[in-house]
Amino acid sequence: MRADDHKNEHTAGQAPEHEHDAHGPHAEELTPREYALDLAAIRERLGKTTGKEYWRSLEELSDNPHFTELLHREFPRQASEWDDSVDRRDFLKLMAASLALAGLSGCGRAPEETVVPYIKQPEGLILGKPRYYATAMPLGADAIGLLVESHEGRPTKIEGNPDHPASLGATNAFAQASVLGLYDPDRSQVLTYLGEIRSWSGFLAEVAVTAAGLKTTAGAGLRILTGSVISPTLGAQLRGLLAQFPQASWHQWEPAGSDGAREGGKLAFGRYVNTVYRPEKAAVILALDSDFLGSGAGHVRYSKEFFRRRKVGGPQTEMNRLYVIEPTPSVTGASADHRVPMRASDVALFARALAAKLGLGGGVTLPAGSERLLEAVAADLQQHRGAGLVVAGDYQPAEVHALAHAINQALGNTGATLYYTDPVESQPASQLESLRALCADLDAGRVDTLLILGGNPVYNAPHDLDFTAKLKKARLAVHLSAYFDETSDYCHWHIPEAHYLESWSDVRAFDGTASIVQPLIAPLYQGKTAHDVVGAFSDKPGLSSYERVRATWLPGNTEKEWRKWLHDGVIAGSALPALALSTKWSPAGLPAAKPAPADALEFLFRPDAGVYDGRFANNGWLQELPRPVTKLTWDNAALLSPATAEKLGVGHRAAFTGGEHGQIRSDLLDVTLSGSKVTAAAWTLPGQADGVVTLPLGYGRKKAGSTGSNKGFNAYVVRASSALWSATGGSLRKTGQDYPLACTQYHHNMEGRELVRSASLEEFKSNPAFAHEGAEEPPKSLSLYKEFAYPGYAWGMAIDLASCNGCNACVVACVSENNIPVVGKDQVMAGREMHWIRIDRYYEGAVDAPETFFQPVPCQQCENAPCEQVCPVGATVHSAEGLNDMVYNRCIGTRYCSNNCPYKVRRFNFLRFQDWDTPSLKLLRNPEVTVRSRGVMEKCTYCVQRINNVRMDAEKQNRPIRDGEVVTACEAACPAEAIVFGNANDPNSRVAKLKAQQRNYAILAELNARPRTTYLAAVRNPNPAIEKAGGNSGKMDKR
Amino acid sequence: MSSTPKNPPPLRRLAPVLEPGHTYASVTDKISAIVLTRPAGIAWFLGISLGFGLVMILGMALAYLIAKGTGIWGINIPVGWGFAIVNFVWWIGIGHAGTLISAILLLLNQKWRTSINRFAEAMTLFAVACAGIFPLIHTGRPWYAFWMFPYPSAMGIWPQFRSPLIWDVFAVSTYGTVSLLFWFVGLLPDLATLRDRSKSRAGQMIYGILAMGWRGSARHWHRYQSAYLLLAGLATPLVVSVHTVVSFDFAVAIVPGWHTTIFPPYFVAGAIYSGFAMVLTIAIPLRKFYGLEDFITMRHLENMAKVMLATGLVVAYGYMMEFFMGFYGGNKYDTFLAWNRLHGPYAPFYWSLILCNIVIPQLLWFHRIRTNVVVLFLLSLVVNVGMWLERFVIVVLSLHRDYMPSAWGRYSPTVWDWATYAGTIGLFVTLIFLFVRALPVISIAEMRELVAHTSEEKP
Repeated sequence: MRADDHKNEHTAGQAPEHEHDAHGPHAEELTPREYALDLAAIRERLGKTTGKEYWRSLEELSDNPHFTELLHREFPRQASEWDDSVDRRDFLKLMAASLALAGLSGCGRAPEETVVPYIKQPEGLILGKPRYYATAMPLGADAIGLLVESHEGRPTKIEGNPDHPASLGATNAFAQASVLGLYDPDRSQVLTYLGEIRSWSGFLAEVAVTAAGLKTTAGAGLRILTGSVISPTLGAQLRGLLAQFPQASWHQWEPAGSDGAREGGKLAFGRYVNTVYRPEKAAVILALDSDFLGSGAGHVRYSKEFFRRRKVGGPQTEMNRLYVIEPTPSVTGASADHRVPMRASDVALFARALAAKLGLGGGVTLPAGSERLLEAVAADLQQHRGAGLVVAGDYQPAEVHALAHAINQALGNTGATLYYTDPVESQPASQLESLRALCADLDAGRVDTLLILGGNPVYNAPHDLDFTAKLKKARLAVHLSAYFDETSDYCHWHIPEAHYLESWSDVRAFDGTASIVQPLIAPLYQGKTAHDVVGAFSDKPGLSSYERVRATWLPGNTEKEWRKWLHDGVIAGSALPALALSTKWSPAGLPAAKPAPADALEFLFRPDAGVYDGRFANNGWLQELPRPVTKLTWDNAALLSPATAEKLGVGHRAAFTGGEHGQIRSDLLDVTLSGSKVTAAAWTLPGQADGVVTLPLGYGRKKAGSTGSNKGFNAYVVRASSALWSATGGSLRKTGQDYPLACTQYHHNMEGRELVRSASLEEFKSNPAFAHEGAEEPPKSLSLYKEFAYPGYAWGMAIDLASCNGCNACVVACVSENNIPVVGKDQVMAGREMHWIRIDRYYEGAVDAPETFFQPVPCQQCENAPCEQVCPVGATVHSAEGLNDMVYNRCIGTRYCSNNCPYKVRRFNFLRFQDWDTPSLKLLRNPEVTVRSRGVMEKCTYCVQRINNVRMDAEKQNRPIRDGEVVTACEAACPAEAIVFGNANDPNSRVAKLKAQQRNYAILAELNARPRTTYLAAVRNPNPAIEKAGGNSGKMDKR
Repeated sequence: MSSTPKNPPPLRRLAPVLEPGHTYASVTDKISAIVLTRPAGIAWFLGISLGFGLVMILGMALAYLIAKGTGIWGINIPVGWGFAIVNFVWWIGIGHAGTLISAILLLLNQKWRTSINRFAEAMTLFAVACAGIFPLIHTGRPWYAFWMFPYPSAMGIWPQFRSPLIWDVFAVSTYGTVSLLFWFVGLLPDLATLRDRSKSRAGQMIYGILAMGWRGSARHWHRYQSAYLLLAGLATPLVVSVHTVVSFDFAVAIVPGWHTTIFPPYFVAGAIYSGFAMVLTIAIPLRKFYGLEDFITMRHLENMAKVMLATGLVVAYGYMMEFFMGFYGGNKYDTFLAWNRLHGPYAPFYWSLILCNIVIPQLLWFHRIRTNVVVLFLLSLVVNVGMWLERFVIVVLSLHRDYMPSAWGRYSPTVWDWATYAGTIGLFVTLIFLFVRALPVISIAEMRELVAHTSEEKP
């Protein structure tokens, strides 16, 4: 096909079809003279048009011979056409092509899109119908199996893979948001050498020379720095490389990794192990500063298993019990039956005391006031031998992990509620020591070539290692990274890293189950994988990632199996076998504990629930995601307990702009720690242990991109290698200034409104209808209007508050599914965030150790909807199936509906929040959901597009929609199965059964709006042996 | 044993509605001179410059609003209505006095209305014009606001008639139309007077066209009188209905603080209260600058003060009942609302409202205050502020903390909110200034009648 034949098909925003790969012959065919002429013509033509930034960069770049090389590889035929005189139509078409070129000022290669109809339609593809592909997302030392929705070749939505053990169909916020990371316009788009654009082939040529040099020294100067490697292929490649260059070494640094867990295993068993929990088998769980339900390997599955044992009211009558001892509130703590705030160092003491109590030897003075708890926990665990589980937190030291191993073994839990396997990581090692060794080598000038594969050590290495200064001593540093970040700045070569949705790779999940990571789209910006970069140094540099991954798995298996793995998203039977291990380690051998002075402040470092270790800093969805416990967005803050804050005289107040639902002005603190200083906003957090200051990591980035740079404070600045997770010896000082924080829910008292109803298991058993006591539920006849009749479906939702742990997966899933815009910090502070589902967090009980409840609030889809009656133009109307439909193109934006919504679930486009301009973000959107412009009200639709898709299928097959066939985005993402959607008309549907339970209640039922979203009251299972903690030491005061 | 005092204190004589000594000619001369012969004067130019400057700001604020969206204001979720609706209700309330004075007092045969009805009606129209801007521009997509009108669209879509906003559209547009008609009909004889007295060709032409061929024949007068009376009858229910319907915007909603049955009478009383305050605010400087003390006498000012006192007491009763029901009703949301008004973050606004609308106006009980022009003027300003605060309290304080504590927030106006508000004040001032120079501020024809009446009364 000649280019002329189909150039007419090109429309604005679409890139031309590619018939040639990047190494096509045309670059050679054109003489340099022709380039110059062509570019001059472009420049002249483009100079007349708009779009300053694009062209400015094109001008800059077009002077660069490497860029012209790329340019002509990409559009060889158009290049020669540009000299022709053009009429208006052709000019527009060329402009369209140039627009694609403009994106190309950064990208080597525009997304490969076919703009002509398929001559031969791929099997199973129906245009307009999404397809799903299985893949897996690596994150640190964890991986989760996913199904990715793809619309005509564009991945748009992440779903969990029900066949994958780490997902079981659910996901987490990071996985949900990762699709935005793919289309992030700030991603690094070109390969550079000292800031100049180079081609991949140029890099390969340079590497060939370097590799030849390395061979002579057996790789003496070669150092490789990776994060935790859970890809068997990459692990094998690196080991192969080390075999090839025996003098080289491989270092690992994962700033939020868990050296404690690794070394704890070594301490207990003499070797590195991987611990796999089975919360479904556990009746009593003790979490020692562990957030196993909210973060860390396998947490999505653990949530699912854990909460399945808590769904009382139906056939199930008993539930498990969770004790959490932690210094800083986590979502796991919020789900606990007993949550005790304790300093991180005291958690270790408690673990020791528990071991001693259980007869494991050792002995220690308990942290004050926890004797009773210890008695009760020990008795409970002993009563449930083989059905108990002690989980040590990732950020606790090795000693606590070893204690947990020993306790679990002593209680007969090992093999029952947990088991051990070989490590999932390809090369487990103490990463801190690994990084230290690298720093030493760098410092000593022993490093000729440093490969940094992913990661951002300049930003996140412990400050006392002074990595930046040492990095400068490397003769040649190569950085593979998705962004041109802080580390890229100091490296000679920068290689754009392919997103996992663009890459071939493989990963092992928490239990060792391997999955193939398969790409959903060709790399948008010529990104490379770690396989490619490591491969370039190997003796087989020409292989693609695809070939490398196949080479790992295919030998011994058939092509058919390979295709099945790709289809299923898991490699059957690849889970690591349980090891028969037993520990002879005794806590008696531990050195005497030296409790920290009670009045010294303890500083904790924790990955942020939104931006993690900083890698998601440029992800607007995660930035704007209210953190589960603090409800802060766009910033981190030094978290303090109310008592500590009072002692320091710091606080915050709601500003008049935005107020409690937006802007909080908070005192700034100087944090001085480990010889370094950073200024952080203070945040008082009920449930924080006294004297503990939590400094969330991941903020204060300087080169994260336009979204993530210069937000919050950088806790890495005060994080020393000697105290990675908790440190003492620091101090706080009020600066006297304040700082605006964007907090979506500052008021955390229910004001007696019984929005969240809860009871203990005992109370529930004796009074199953507790949720309806004292509640006013008006009769249905109390309405001026006629009842709606629902002969067909009546959609409804039930949300189990006993299961919600506030993890936020539903919120991001909703954002992704429904094209919800990111509004930015200023607008959040003005009280205008757009999330269709929000998770309210309420406290009950004492300020220092309150009980925490989460309540997801989507549109309640009321039967007597207050919104419907006040809309002057009928833009929100009742559907025949009971939804409150929003008719966006009818809405004139009076906001009366929002005022009249007692649940305040409606969201208004006060400004043009949606980004209509960035080309890559257009690819991101769900084509089935309207992209709203300004001046229009919007809200949760119960994912009406999903209902309609299923309805079409059902009607074609002439059958009713089956229960569970329509799954809303929030329901699909929820790891705890707290959200259930379905046809309330069908008494056999899951939702109807839940709504028939006595725990089921409607919030604000007295208003007679008759919401269709109802809640199942929370039931907790406290140990009767422990008096309810706190009691009357002061209820939350009004704010 | 008590006895009647021999010398009872003399009954206070009411000030006359028209100072004695005026003839038909003197009345006509004096009033038409403001339009026809008197030079504008530096003060007039200063005033209109100020007003017109503000109109320019209004234009800028509206242009920016259309370009960017309502997000330039301080509104948010939960406070979806802010200054726009506060100002709308405030202006509509002010617009009440004119029709009340002209229509109801006409029907009640209150002579003293004669010298204030013209400019009070003008003020009504201008206030309604200012008010009318807000419902339009406060929508997210004002270019589609016409969807609120019931027009036969090709899609067969009608407005949603259950919505009080639709009732509002009808109520306000009807009120605006009838007020305009009433005003214009009342103007006819005076326009003819101006036509006859105008020295300039343009004046003769313009006033001639507007006078619609008025010749002052007995038949004209006869028809004019019946039309005027009929229109008065028509306008009377509207005085009550407009603010009743405006109050439905709130009362029909379920927001605590809005959902109360007392709103319709309380809004109407409040509207008359603020309307009379605004009439005083305009009348006092007007009579001073244009020497109309003979026509707008102390009697007028005092009567208006009395109306203010009465309606103010009704409003105070409304506040009291709201507060009482908050506790007596046993509705926890209403109880919280009452608490939040007294102690919440906006408490200063509530207390200022009480001060401006209830406490300070009690001074009107005193004759000396009612007859002190300066104090009366200041009082009228205080009531204007107080009534604005009342609407702020109703709109913002109710919304900012309603049912879900998790969704509580706050509102503060931005510079654009203020600019729009100030801009409408500018528009109002500009229109008043133009009116003063273009049309007789007092009805000449009716004043002549009054001359006739007062001369008959005299021995």
